[in-house]
Amino acid sequence: MRRRVLPGFGLSLGFTVTYLGLIVLLPLAALAWKASEIGLAGLPRLLSSPRTLAAFKLSFGGALLAASINVVVGLMVTWALVRYRFPGRRILDALIDLPFALPTAVAGIALTAIYAPNGWLGHWLVPLGIQVAYAPLGVLVAMVFVGFPFVVRTLQPVLLSLERDVEDAAESLGASRLQTFVKVVLPTLLPTLLTGFALALARAVGEYGSVIFIAGNIPLRSEIAPLLIVQRLDEFDYATAAALGVVMLTFSLVLLLLISMLQRWTRRWAEQSA
Amino acid sequence: MKLRPTLLALAATVMALPALAKDVTLLNVSYDPTRELYKAVNTAFAADWKAKHGDTVTIQMSHGGSGKQARAVVDGLPADVVTLALAYDIDAVADRGLLAQDWQTRLPDNASPYTSTIVFLVRKGNPKNIRDWGDLVRSGVQVITPNPKTSGGARWNFLAAWGYALRLPGGNDDKARAFVKTLFQHVPVLDTGARGATTTFTQRGIGDVLVAWENEALLAKKEAGGEQFDIVIPSITILAEPPVAVVDKNAAERGTREVADAYLTFLYSPQAQDIEARNFYRPRSPEVAAKYAAQFPQVKTFTLAEVFGDWRKAQAKFFADGAIFDQIGPGN
Repeated sequence: MRRRVLPGFGLSLGFTVTYLGLIVLLPLAALAWKASEIGLAGLPRLLSSPRTLAAFKLSFGGALLAASINVVVGLMVTWALVRYRFPGRRILDALIDLPFALPTAVAGIALTAIYAPNGWLGHWLVPLGIQVAYAPLGVLVAMVFVGFPFVVRTLQPVLLSLERDVEDAAESLGASRLQTFVKVVLPTLLPTLLTGFALALARAVGEYGSVIFIAGNIPLRSEIAPLLIVQRLDEFDYATAAALGVVMLTFSLVLLLLISMLQRWTRRWAEQSA
Repeated sequence: MKLRPTLLALAATVMALPALAKDVTLLNVSYDPTRELYKAVNTAFAADWKAKHGDTVTIQMSHGGSGKQARAVVDGLPADVVTLALAYDIDAVADRGLLAQDWQTRLPDNASPYTSTIVFLVRKGNPKNIRDWGDLVRSGVQVITPNPKTSGGARWNFLAAWGYALRLPGGNDDKARAFVKTLFQHVPVLDTGARGATTTFTQRGIGDVLVAWENEALLAKKEAGGEQFDIVIPSITILAEPPVAVVDKNAAERGTREVADAYLTFLYSPQAQDIEARNFYRPRSPEVAAKYAAQFPQVKTFTLAEVFGDWRKAQAKFFADGAIFDQIGPGN
């Protein structure tokens, strides 16, 4: 048998399973148990209501869009941080983590203060007909804000270890800048970009604290799915709240599995093209 | 060695204290805007209790949205007393067997030592000339009120508007429904809690009128230095009665029944009524009310019982899943 760095496969696997069971699976099982109270018959009726549909569309649509924006902007920011040396780089680098550290309610209030019609940006944007605060666009802004660090922080170590020689080689072989980027750099980064995308997506789907302040929360327009759950809780209707939670989780799980499949596929593609 | 006797005496006192005086801790689970109120009340009650019984009583507070707080108590937060925004939330606690179903008859005045009412906060000088509920549905008027599904306070707002429309000449449920539906079409932002709605109106500058509890409106006006907002009292509004109750089961388990009862009875005392008035809640005592007459102008009110029966009925009719608010609220 091959020697491993850390001994005790049995012990560590046992620990892993127990720990995951306690921290992740047990609460989820309790949620599913609670949700089962409404029964399979209740589920289609709950899910087919226009309000539930609209809220899910906003939460998942917004999160997908926000994660996509974060991937594009995150790649540019990480590139600048890793590849260039400029004054203030370290401060900029530290700033990236702030959305992590900030309590989400504070983030929501700060964003709302800026984008409200009387806010710094709001009083320029609103006369142009761009309403951010108290509109679906505000939901997107908050989701982009909370998801941003995930993309940068997952991408950074990979980009740091990416050898520059490969790009130089591509260039010396006559590849254009675009070709080098698309055919050499991007394939290596794609699996990591997808990880960042998945993390930013997961964070945005479940985000409540910051979104709630900026959304306006008008049903069918700017109401997110987590708010529907909170409303059911306020009706002391734990079962429906749990059922909505389970549906969100299932949806997220499917999305994350899809991303992970995509990741495997891109990794293989990267290895083939390398 | 002059110090020694003093030290000995001190040590003796410290050791004797627990034997002489009982230390009691109460947990009061309350809703959001009562923070300042109970801070003052608790100090006064602790002094009162100490004077009468020699025991030290410490009151811990928990604040949050009324419904959320009720859920926490249902889920096991060991509250000795609950002081919430509406009776429905305490009913929910009673439904889980934590206190007697008839809790609301155990104290005077529907177990609400202080009241408030629903008024309008408008921008200084009242530029949109808002005088009464009817003005809220004029074209071009934007109304800020929180979502009654997530805010207990906002349910009083909703019922106040409904009751107004019902009491118009020829008013009935259909007309009230149409009025409230139109009213919510004038709501651009539906905050989840009362404080959030106040912030939207006062800090973000959204809307022409904030429908709010009088205590919240008075507080917001005071915070702004009295320069930015005016309060408008509508022709008729609802008497908001935030109730209080001892959580029987928790108090029995923790042996705090006596002090918990005394604490709630204290809320009706002249001293506490004065504190409540200073914190912008309308006192029940006519004497204290007379003293603060300038702060609380005459207002014509109806009670929840007069128009809607009780909170269980109101909840089922208006705010339950698929009930009237879901049918006519924003987005419909």
